[in-house]
Amino acid sequence: MLNLACLVPIFPLIGSIINGFFGLRIGKNAVGMVACGSVALSFLTVLLMFASLLFTPAEERMFEQVLFTWMAAGDFSVDFGFQIDPLSMVMMLVVTGVGFLIHVYSIGYMHEEYSYYRYFAYLNLFMFSMLLLVMGNNFLVMFIGWEGVGVCSYFLIGYYFEKKSACDAGVKAFVVNRVGDFAFLLAIMYIFNIFGTIDFSDVMHMAPEKLIFGAEPVTIITLLLFIGATGKSAQIPLYTWLPDAMEGPTPVSALIHAATMVTAGVYMVVRCSVLFEMAPLIMLTVAFIGGATALMAATIGMTQYDIKRVLAYSTVSQIGYMFLACGVGAYTAAIFHLVTHAFFKACLFLGSGSVIHGIHGEQDMRKMGGLKEHQPITYITFLISTFAIAGIFPLSGFFSKDEILYHALMDGNIILWGMGATGALLTAFYMFRLVFMTFWGESRVDPHVHPHESPKVMTLPLMILAGLATVGGLLGIPLVHGWHALHNWLEPVLHFDLAATLEHSRHMLHAQGEHPASWAHLLIETEHNVWVEIALMLLSLGIAITGIVGAYFCYVKNPDLPGKFIKGQWGYELVKNKYGVDELYDATIVKPTVVGSFFLWKTADQKGIDGGVNAVANVIGWFSVQARVFQSGFVRNYALFMVMGFLVLLILMF
Amino acid sequence: MDGFVPLNHYLLLSATLFVIGVLGVLLRRNVIVVFMSIEIMLNAVNISLIAFDHYLNNSDGQVFSFMVMCVAAAEVSVGLAIIISMFRNKPTVNLDEFNILKW
Amino acid sequence: MELLIFYPLAGFCVLMGLGVIISSSPINSALSLIAMMMGLAGVFVLQQAHFLAILQIIVYAGAIMVLFMFVIMLLNLKSAEEDTWSIRPQNTYVSVLTGFLALGALYKIACVISQAKLDSPAAVPDDFGTVVRVGTTLFTDFVLPFEVASILLLAAMVGAVVLAKNKID
Repeated sequence: MLNLACLVPIFPLIGSIINGFFGLRIGKNAVGMVACGSVALSFLTVLLMFASLLFTPAEERMFEQVLFTWMAAGDFSVDFGFQIDPLSMVMMLVVTGVGFLIHVYSIGYMHEEYSYYRYFAYLNLFMFSMLLLVMGNNFLVMFIGWEGVGVCSYFLIGYYFEKKSACDAGVKAFVVNRVGDFAFLLAIMYIFNIFGTIDFSDVMHMAPEKLIFGAEPVTIITLLLFIGATGKSAQIPLYTWLPDAMEGPTPVSALIHAATMVTAGVYMVVRCSVLFEMAPLIMLTVAFIGGATALMAATIGMTQYDIKRVLAYSTVSQIGYMFLACGVGAYTAAIFHLVTHAFFKACLFLGSGSVIHGIHGEQDMRKMGGLKEHQPITYITFLISTFAIAGIFPLSGFFSKDEILYHALMDGNIILWGMGATGALLTAFYMFRLVFMTFWGESRVDPHVHPHESPKVMTLPLMILAGLATVGGLLGIPLVHGWHALHNWLEPVLHFDLAATLEHSRHMLHAQGEHPASWAHLLIETEHNVWVEIALMLLSLGIAITGIVGAYFCYVKNPDLPGKFIKGQWGYELVKNKYGVDELYDATIVKPTVVGSFFLWKTADQKGIDGGVNAVANVIGWFSVQARVFQSGFVRNYALFMVMGFLVLLILMF
Repeated sequence: MDGFVPLNHYLLLSATLFVIGVLGVLLRRNVIVVFMSIEIMLNAVNISLIAFDHYLNNSDGQVFSFMVMCVAAAEVSVGLAIIISMFRNKPTVNLDEFNILKW
Repeated sequence: MELLIFYPLAGFCVLMGLGVIISSSPINSALSLIAMMMGLAGVFVLQQAHFLAILQIIVYAGAIMVLFMFVIMLLNLKSAEEDTWSIRPQNTYVSVLTGFLALGALYKIACVISQAKLDSPAAVPDDFGTVVRVGTTLFTDFVLPFEVASILLLAAMVGAVVLAKNKID
């Protein structure tokens, strides 16, 4: 059953080709059918594979399918193959499942669009690339998917290409992503240089033998990998593209910029967890970057008025949590949060899309309000997801976020926990600010617009996603040992023998005549402390409720309060302008690049290179003008020259 | 010798006819006459071929002059068709009127 | 004996060749050409190339020249206008130069031919130039060129039809 793997990405590819080439001809209904059908087929295939993986023993849940040798040059040989193991299975389920729901939703959301087929062709192409990314059995296949989702993201952000801001946002996303991609590519080259292969399973098996714990090579590799991850997953310092990416259609934001593509970085870090485990310095960096991003994005989220931008910053912040978890070695928690986040954030984005759809394209929260009467289904599902992201028991976000915070405190330190907890407080606050401003209170909607509930095809995915956001927490029941289903499921993939690795590294260092520092403290196992966990749960529940109550007071009870509070505060202005990071990048990177490029264009290229080329052309042109005399067009002239040449030859040869 | 024609004479005849053909191509403007001059040149070559053939007692030269005749036939048929279609575009056979060959 | 036949024949051929390029009427040119072909057939016979002599008459004088006459009639060509002999004024210098070169070449050729010892031919067998002999060579050693020639003729035929049929835009 597992060798159906190759079909999974093929379906969306076929769908994309059909829609892309024949989309205009076959009509809107057929386009929607093809797009959703192809993803549904993929999803069913994945379900079948999941079932068969479930019935294999835990140790054997690792299946590689090599389709063909992609390229072979000297020592370098890359297969085009898929790797199916519990980790990629989780990702495949999320990608195809959530992807399918969003495809269905898109049918309703995009129905008025003329280039409907283009949208679905891109969306299917995205599914194909994303599946390559998560299913690839080596770094290069993953990289193809990585680039593929990048380019689809570019296409879809710039979907409304008549709008300049959308084009700019697309370019920005693409260019910022390139920075990370370049680092990722360098990491792949370095890995090949050291291991002689770029196969995931080979690299992970060889890593403890070939690399020295905490030494330079592994540190550089993981640093480069992490820079790649920050680009794709919108972390500090490369997060600026994601809020701008909201220029795309809302379902795209839900699928690409919330549920799947932006979590690719997390997936990649977890996939290379063995390497990261061997670089403690980078682990710490990952944790702090994640924590800082979670906190910073949350503060920005509090000040935004565009409904989608709030959600975008929320996404950045939540992915920060995932990296925080990765950084402290809690990979299961990271994947757990990835899955639950995919559910509730997709639901939130689709809900916001439904709101925007219902009031005809308005995105400013100051012009919403009182929508819960008009859009009851959207409101209920949105509220459930908001509770989930805020971390209210027993919704899914509570479990996953709590697990991260627990590990941040136990395996990391109090600073990391503090960042996470503050972020959680802010998250609850700004998410409920969003809900209160959008659905509660007086209606500030343009009186000419009559808000209406969205059609079934849009509300149904919302309901399913809200349901998943509710029960998703059951994947990882805390406290009781052995009840954490996701942990048990991922255990074979994430297994890493630290003691043996340290022992081996010690031997290698001895062989080089060096004496390593003591690593004994690394081997101390932190006991699973149930009471601490319970205390933390209660604490974070309290934090979430505080945030919600705070938002209630500020935006429902006395709506004037925030206005008074923020008046004249330079701190507020700073946060509202997103800490000036965009301006900083503009001044330090973009401007010098533009100026330098102008110099190269105007002076170096137009004067230097073009001048040289034109000079050569002019000289040749002059000679051609001289030679034109011979080219008179009279046949007899040619005959004369021919005879003349013939005679010269004759005289010369005898 | 007793009346035997030496090879030189044949070659001389061949060369003379060839030069006459060349002169015709170079000096005449009438495209049909130019064409006929080309035929003269081909025939001059045939004389040479057969003279050498006879001299060396070989059949290859005759086969070659046979081929030359084939080529001449092909050339004449296509060439005259070209002349006719040229004549349709511009009712003249004066070569100096056709100078659009330079593009 | 052969010389006695050769000189008048050769002289006739040269004369007719000159007639082709000198006469101002294309019809006269064509008739001169036919006469020259006939003369050349005689020269071939003198060299015992009987088969080719027949071919010369049938193919050249018979087929090709008929085609020429046909085109001349079709285009209704009168005697050439003002000057039949001419050099384009722009070509004067080049033409003079070519003339000098031609003189040089002729001098060279004359030197080569006069120095060559060419009058001891191999004995000519009886069947030289017969259809059997030429045909045997043609269909054994030169089968491939023969077939290629047939393709060439076919292509020329199709080309002629295409060219003459359509009005070229």
